[in-house]
Amino acid sequence: MTDATAPAPAAPAAGGKRRSLLEVDERTRRRNAAEARFRLYGIVAISVGLLFLLLLLGSILFNGLSAFQQTFVQVPVYLDPERLDPEGNRDPEEMRGVTTFGYKPLLNEAVYEKVQSLGIETPLPEPAMAPLLSDGAATTVRSFVLENPDRLGETVEFDLLASSRVDGYFKGRVTRDSIARDRFIDAAHLDLADAMNEAGTMGKQFNLSFITGTDASDNRPEQAGMGVSMIGSFFMMLVVLILALPIGVAASIYLEEFAPQNRITDFIEVNISNLAAVPSIVFGILGLAVFIQFMHLPQSAPLVGGLVLTLMTLPTIIISTRASLKAVPPSIRDAALGVGASKMQSVFHHVLPLAMPGILTGTIIGLAQALGETAPLLLIGMVGFIASNYPDGVAAGFLDPNSAMPAQIYEWAKRADPAFYERAWGGIIVLLAFLMTMNIIAIILRRRFERRW
Amino acid sequence: MTFVKLSASALAIAAVSASAAAARDNVQIAGSSTVLPYASIVAEAFGENFEYPTPVVESGGSSAGLKRFCEGVGENTIDIANASRAIREGEIETCAENGVTDIIEVRIGYDGIVFASQIDGPAFNAFEPADWYRAMAAEMPMDGEMVENPNDTWADVNADLPDVEIAAYIPGTKHGTREVFEEKVLLQGCEDTGAMAAMEEMGMDEDAIEDACMAVRADGKAVDIDGDYTETLARIDANPEGIGVFGLAFYENNTDKLKVATMGGVEPTVDTIASGEYPVSRPLFFYIKKAHIGVIPGLKDYAQFFVSDEIAGPYGPLAQYGLVSDPELGATQEKVANEVTMGESM
Repeated sequence: MTDATAPAPAAPAAGGKRRSLLEVDERTRRRNAAEARFRLYGIVAISVGLLFLLLLLGSILFNGLSAFQQTFVQVPVYLDPERLDPEGNRDPEEMRGVTTFGYKPLLNEAVYEKVQSLGIETPLPEPAMAPLLSDGAATTVRSFVLENPDRLGETVEFDLLASSRVDGYFKGRVTRDSIARDRFIDAAHLDLADAMNEAGTMGKQFNLSFITGTDASDNRPEQAGMGVSMIGSFFMMLVVLILALPIGVAASIYLEEFAPQNRITDFIEVNISNLAAVPSIVFGILGLAVFIQFMHLPQSAPLVGGLVLTLMTLPTIIISTRASLKAVPPSIRDAALGVGASKMQSVFHHVLPLAMPGILTGTIIGLAQALGETAPLLLIGMVGFIASNYPDGVAAGFLDPNSAMPAQIYEWAKRADPAFYERAWGGIIVLLAFLMTMNIIAIILRRRFERRW
Repeated sequence: MTFVKLSASALAIAAVSASAAAARDNVQIAGSSTVLPYASIVAEAFGENFEYPTPVVESGGSSAGLKRFCEGVGENTIDIANASRAIREGEIETCAENGVTDIIEVRIGYDGIVFASQIDGPAFNAFEPADWYRAMAAEMPMDGEMVENPNDTWADVNADLPDVEIAAYIPGTKHGTREVFEEKVLLQGCEDTGAMAAMEEMGMDEDAIEDACMAVRADGKAVDIDGDYTETLARIDANPEGIGVFGLAFYENNTDKLKVATMGGVEPTVDTIASGEYPVSRPLFFYIKKAHIGVIPGLKDYAQFFVSDEIAGPYGPLAQYGLVSDPELGATQEKVANEVTMGESM
């Protein structure tokens, strides 16, 4: 029996009608409906994705944008020579003897006088002005005095940081209810802050030092900035770029163009793909064991961080480089070889330049991945580190202990004062800005230079 | 070839930088995350007021810090270990094996450990160490036998406590705080409830009794928190009936979210802890390698600055942050000034 003798399809007979292309029958309707449903699913999937993206971006911006503004107090401070330079020689070396603790009463007086001169009534006595100002305010004034010893005796107008509680009040984080049991600040301070805000001596300004400044200790969140950890991240990325790009590209060129196809190269290829999927914390343990415990490189140094991240980025770069080398058509190689070029000449003069945009894109995406990585840094001491010193030179940049941007964000998120929480969100905005810039550069490179055959 | 040149220069840079790794001019500190905020406050003020660079402070836990401290003497080891507990005999031995023989112990003050619940949750105003033992113990003696902890709610434990399920978030074993919790709360409670005596009658030896007293139930009513206090806070935020263990300083920064519980009828404040009325507190320490004094610039100045009245005194920034200042600070200052090591008498 063959199919030919099987009974003919009964469809036309069953309906009793002939099919027409102009009329939509039941089956076509079902097929069209299925397609419409599928499109709908697709749209729903995309909108859910977009919704989450918007939620994420929205909450980051909502929580973090306030970190870029900070409350400052404008106060004229009388630089009392008797207290700031008891010896009277105007010698900065001697004046160092007066510590920041010696400056604090001076600031309280200055704020109190300013309040009096504005005609604001407050039940608070002079020493109670301290909770309005940041602990860092005394440092600002002290470093000004040490740099300009000749201005002692003058009254100088300063822009001083307000304390984190006052700053939180203007940002809506601190309310009169929430400070009911707070021992650092009273409602009277908030009344005073309101009055000073109205008088124009206290208010929010753009805070550049959040981006450029150093990290601060736990009792002055208002002063903390990302600058130092940003430098740490920069030096790490430099190490990754310098090491991962040449090693990765050389490895891929050899594997793709020169290596014989045999079990050993197969084994290597499989392992490179496996490495790309290894969780990053594993590289951290490796870094701790090899670079710190065996090679005795300094702990918490961006050099070590960069080395660890290089290991993590290499597979990404190798895979993307090999893909872009593969995408160069064999005719290019054949033509080069055909006019007498050596294998190496054909690769370096013809194939590599054509594959370059793809390689660079892969590298930038690998770098962006490494920039946002925290887990491996945990083990080499770059997390839980207070980034308070700018490195003083290139070698120090690689070797002095430092943090990295994602590690700094993590560090802020776990501190006690809720004011650090806002800074953690702000830090995420800065980090995202870097990642987006890198990805945009990658896209531009691809659009501009990539060739299709 | 460009790539050859590039990789060669990269290797050269790595080699040069590795050899430049010697000579350190900043003090390096690691250890307890409880001491970290205090150490960073001092380090910051030290960097501002002295010519030396700001000391480098890392956290990682008391045990991890002391382990690194005991790795040896030299510029690539840390100078100071912060600890929220006293150094152990075993650690001193390890130190000695690695050549770290002269250690200066500096007590900086006291830290209160507070129990707090969500601000909107029920009030826990009648805690005694005995209640915590009854609520947390894995097994307790009953009629001459060890039985599994039968208590499900706080009211089962003590009728004065609210009738809510037991859900306690206690520090994990890697924290120094856990040790204080075990000794000052669980062990104390074990004794107060008479469980200890009962176990003795059952013929258990001393070590077994201690272990049994400090064993925490594993049925989900007691949760070990290995992270920081922020993690405990997040758990409390999610569970209105939960109660967590915090440091005094952390609680004081979050009074708008947390309601503190009394212990033995005393509310924890800087004053009650300093006077010893509030029972659950512990001393905080840092340990200095004497061999590094004079080698690492600023090390002794940092230690002296740390314990000076301006900083660690009752009106200094540390007390303001939540440290309970040490009434015997003067003796500590003298000890640091004379570089008196452990085992040496003044």
